[in-house]
Amino acid sequence: MAAVGLYNYWIVVFLMMAGFYIVIAHDNLVKKIIGLNVFQASMFILYITFGKVQGGTAPIIAEGITTYSNPLPHVLILTAIVVGVATTALGLALVVRINEAYGTIEDDEIHVQDEES
Amino acid sequence: MSGGTAVAFAIGLPLFGTILILLNDRYPNIREGITITTSICLALVVFGLVPEVTSGGRPGFVLAEIVPGLPIAFKVEPLGMLFAMVASGLWVVTSIYAIGYMRSHHEVQQTRFYACFAIAISSAMGICFAGNMLTLFIFYEVLTISTYPLVTHSESKDAVKAGRTYLGILIGTSIAFLLLAIIWTWFLTGTLDFTPGGILKGKADGPILGILLFLYMYGIGKAALMPMHRWLPAAMVAPTPVSALLHAVAVVKAGVFTVLKVIVYIFGIDTLAGIGQDDWLMYIAAFTVIAASCVALTKDNLKARLAYSTVSQLSYIILGAALANSLGIIGGGMHIAMHAFGKITLFFCAGAILVASHKTEISEMDGLGRVMPFTFIFFLIGSLSVIGLPPLGGSWSKWYLMLSAAEAGQIIFMFVFMLSSLLNIAYLMPLVARGFFAEAKDNAKILKETHSEKVNFWNGIRIGNIREAPPFCIFAMAITSTGCILLFFYADKIYRLLAPVAGIQG
Amino acid sequence: MTEHLPALQVVIPLLCAPICMLVRYRDWSWVVALFGSWASLAIAWVLLQQVIATGTISYHMGNWAPPLGIEYRIDLVNAFVLLIVSAIAAVVTPYARESLRTEFGSNRIYMFYTAYMLCLCGLLGVTITGDAFNLFVFLEISSLSSYVLIAMGNDRRALTAAYQYLVLGTIGATFIVIGIGLLYAETGTLNMVDLAKRLADQPLSRTIGAAFGFLVVGISLKLALFPLHLWLPNAYTYAPSVVSAFLAATATKVAVYVLLRFLFTVFDVELSFGFMPLDTILFVLAVIAMFAASAVAIFQTNLKRMLAYSSVAQIGYMILGISFANVNGLAAGVLHLFNHALIKGGMFLALGCIFYRLATVNINDMAGMGRRMPWTMAAFVVGGLGLIGVPLTVGFISKWYLVLGALERDWWLAAALVLISSLLAVVYVWRVVEVAYLKPIPENATKIEDAPPAMLIPTWLLIGASIYYGINTELTVGVAKQAAQQLLGVS
Repeated sequence: MAAVGLYNYWIVVFLMMAGFYIVIAHDNLVKKIIGLNVFQASMFILYITFGKVQGGTAPIIAEGITTYSNPLPHVLILTAIVVGVATTALGLALVVRINEAYGTIEDDEIHVQDEES
Repeated sequence: MSGGTAVAFAIGLPLFGTILILLNDRYPNIREGITITTSICLALVVFGLVPEVTSGGRPGFVLAEIVPGLPIAFKVEPLGMLFAMVASGLWVVTSIYAIGYMRSHHEVQQTRFYACFAIAISSAMGICFAGNMLTLFIFYEVLTISTYPLVTHSESKDAVKAGRTYLGILIGTSIAFLLLAIIWTWFLTGTLDFTPGGILKGKADGPILGILLFLYMYGIGKAALMPMHRWLPAAMVAPTPVSALLHAVAVVKAGVFTVLKVIVYIFGIDTLAGIGQDDWLMYIAAFTVIAASCVALTKDNLKARLAYSTVSQLSYIILGAALANSLGIIGGGMHIAMHAFGKITLFFCAGAILVASHKTEISEMDGLGRVMPFTFIFFLIGSLSVIGLPPLGGSWSKWYLMLSAAEAGQIIFMFVFMLSSLLNIAYLMPLVARGFFAEAKDNAKILKETHSEKVNFWNGIRIGNIREAPPFCIFAMAITSTGCILLFFYADKIYRLLAPVAGIQG
Repeated sequence: MTEHLPALQVVIPLLCAPICMLVRYRDWSWVVALFGSWASLAIAWVLLQQVIATGTISYHMGNWAPPLGIEYRIDLVNAFVLLIVSAIAAVVTPYARESLRTEFGSNRIYMFYTAYMLCLCGLLGVTITGDAFNLFVFLEISSLSSYVLIAMGNDRRALTAAYQYLVLGTIGATFIVIGIGLLYAETGTLNMVDLAKRLADQPLSRTIGAAFGFLVVGISLKLALFPLHLWLPNAYTYAPSVVSAFLAATATKVAVYVLLRFLFTVFDVELSFGFMPLDTILFVLAVIAMFAASAVAIFQTNLKRMLAYSSVAQIGYMILGISFANVNGLAAGVLHLFNHALIKGGMFLALGCIFYRLATVNINDMAGMGRRMPWTMAAFVVGGLGLIGVPLTVGFISKWYLVLGALERDWWLAAALVLISSLLAVVYVWRVVEVAYLKPIPENATKIEDAPPAMLIPTWLLIGASIYYGINTELTVGVAKQAAQQLLGVS
């Protein structure tokens, strides 16, 4: 099983770090939000991976099936996705307003404008 | 009224007076009348407690418990009684003096002045009557904060800077050192009540008690132990009534009073003597006595000279306490009363000189004694008391302090006291001598100015060649000088009042 | 009816939010918000009395039994926090009407109160819930609405401040949810009490360790523990005055509560402080926060920013108390949670009064303020005395227990550091006092009056409470001590 079988978790780690990096490294406000989304997506995959039971199917009751994957993490993820969507929407709304106020959505240019005022 | 109620009255009366003063902002005469009436009532209440205390009673009462297990509690005992008598009695006199001074000087913000004064006296009463260290600490801090507006009264740049030094040192030492010592004591013993014999006996080892003593002594910044003394000269920027009452009587005496209470009721005289950890305190106190006197010699500004003299005299009391024997406690306690009267007289004179002749530097005061004879005679009386010559009260306290040094086997401190007396003569007597006998450099100019200046009741007195301070001020100075003399004869009563504190029977 | 109070505590503000959205006539949405906050306070008070009298309350949402159903579990700690959050809301809402007149467009006021009610609902929900994932959901509700509230500030920098808070806050929340997920993977449950039981039975594994790490870091971001505090100064400075007061007094306090809940209830003391040297880590970070943040506060010219850095320092005190992990230390942390909310809330309200008249809170414009707005500045100074820890204020009581907690642990250095850092507070408070009282009023200063009673009364309610609870400490110290004992599992 070892490391190769755990490739889901490797993806989680990769996405988490990639998302984090995007947030920190880029100055463009929209890109930061995209990075945040990637970061959150890693968290979704983590939960979904927890939910999978070896040999289980989708958690919908059907004749002749005895092993189901755990439905609870799916529910939790749905909630988390909604939270993520709300966050993204709010973030983008803020970016629109910032653009109106500053004329730019690059963090460094905003800094410069703030310093001048 | 019962003892407990009287104590509550003593603390609450000045606060009530504050409210009345604030309400009468527009009516100066009523406002001043309230100050005088409140001070007289307070003095009556305080002196009314004396019989109960001298016969062994310890009246008091308990307020809220702000930390569970630690109430705000009041309990009168002889040391506190003495300090309260001094403070309340001198408040009456200072109020009289202040009225004369503030009006002739046309000072601003007089309502704020009288109101803060009243709050300061109330907190001083709280300190006098505190039954445990927490209560004392609370009122100690309130005293610092309520005197800040008094120190920075003139709102000038110098006053603001001085206020910073004042507040910085006093709050800094009290929070960083004193509060730590208090909480530590509570942690070690589970109580903070003032108990005869002390509460720290056997609760901690010698070195720990030594550190605790260090924290207490330097935490009590108001006692002006060097190097925490800078706030005293800085506070001289305040108007003279403030310097007189607060820095000759209330604030500094609260400091050394706290030192005495801590040594007698928290450590216990025997515990302190037993741990042998207080040598450093004796030496630093002695150093302060001499060093401050030497600095006083170099100061030309009269109030600055008196400020350093105060620093020196305060360390008399600390040294007496540090000697850890009963005579030291009695001498220290007595010195609270003697020095208060002597120093307040000197400060009153300094203020009178400022108001009448607008002079602050001693070098300019040659021959001024002939223009202001009453002031200079009162200054002479006050000086003799501070120097410690009979028949002035100061001689008794110095006598007991020297005896205490002898009893502790520390002859060197006897010499310190004697040397200090010589230094006192050196920095106090020249003013008197030159005032009366020296040729005035510009007396003619003063006389010409004063003849042309309009002099009214609030401004001063002018009779012939004499141009004196306002009558209210003269009256106040007369009372305190008489007090210096009378205390010489009352020293015995003070001894008997303080005897139980020091553990002396009878 | 009373048995459903735990649910109503959250549901009432939650319902008030859409009602505010619909009520667009003038500022009647304010009336709805007022009802919502006052009702919450009443419920929180009743709940606290109930907990004191009969012990922990357990409410099953929808009658589904835990650990599968969501449980609202109220013991002394969260009853206390519920009280302070709802009390602050109840005092701030009457103030908001007048204050927002100058700071916010009047035809969109209903939007403000909608977000405000959502924020309150979220904070109360975080406090009252006994389910870990439910906690995350409410945490995000409160966070998202607070981003909105902050962005409503006048200055355009409010937008960037809200954005920065959004990014950092979301990272923090995501860490928290990863931690919860890892815990779920290890134990199979989300109910906090059940988690505690199952974690106690299991040996320590890397999963639990990782979960612990993610949770602590995520929560630390939300409570602005140094060095994860970077979002706080901008957020508090540029938000509307009401929002600064409300958030400063509640948001970080609730995050401290979450930390307490996870460190002591879910993971018990041995795990939290044995597995990693968390006490040392928290101690070091707290001390740095106390000194560095206070030092930075001294040099700020914008008074709101000064108070924001002061808040970071005060949070350091709370975390310091927690790092002691003994009854006195924890009690000090819980106590300071309450006390600081009163003090900071009051001081921010006072600054709001000044902003209402002056349209600025720069210290250079404050000359002579003590005479121009006497009641307001007096409130600010009394609050400042509480920050310093002068006796007779609540700040003194917190410091007392902090030093006691340090002494119990033989950490003399910590005791001294607590007191010395208070001296830094003296400097930054006294800067304001000197300018306001000892500088003359400039000649060209506009003539202003003191703030209107609608704003002064709430300010003085909070500041008065900071004195009252500094003298009558029966309720606060009693509850804090018992709560600390409950958390530590000692009697």
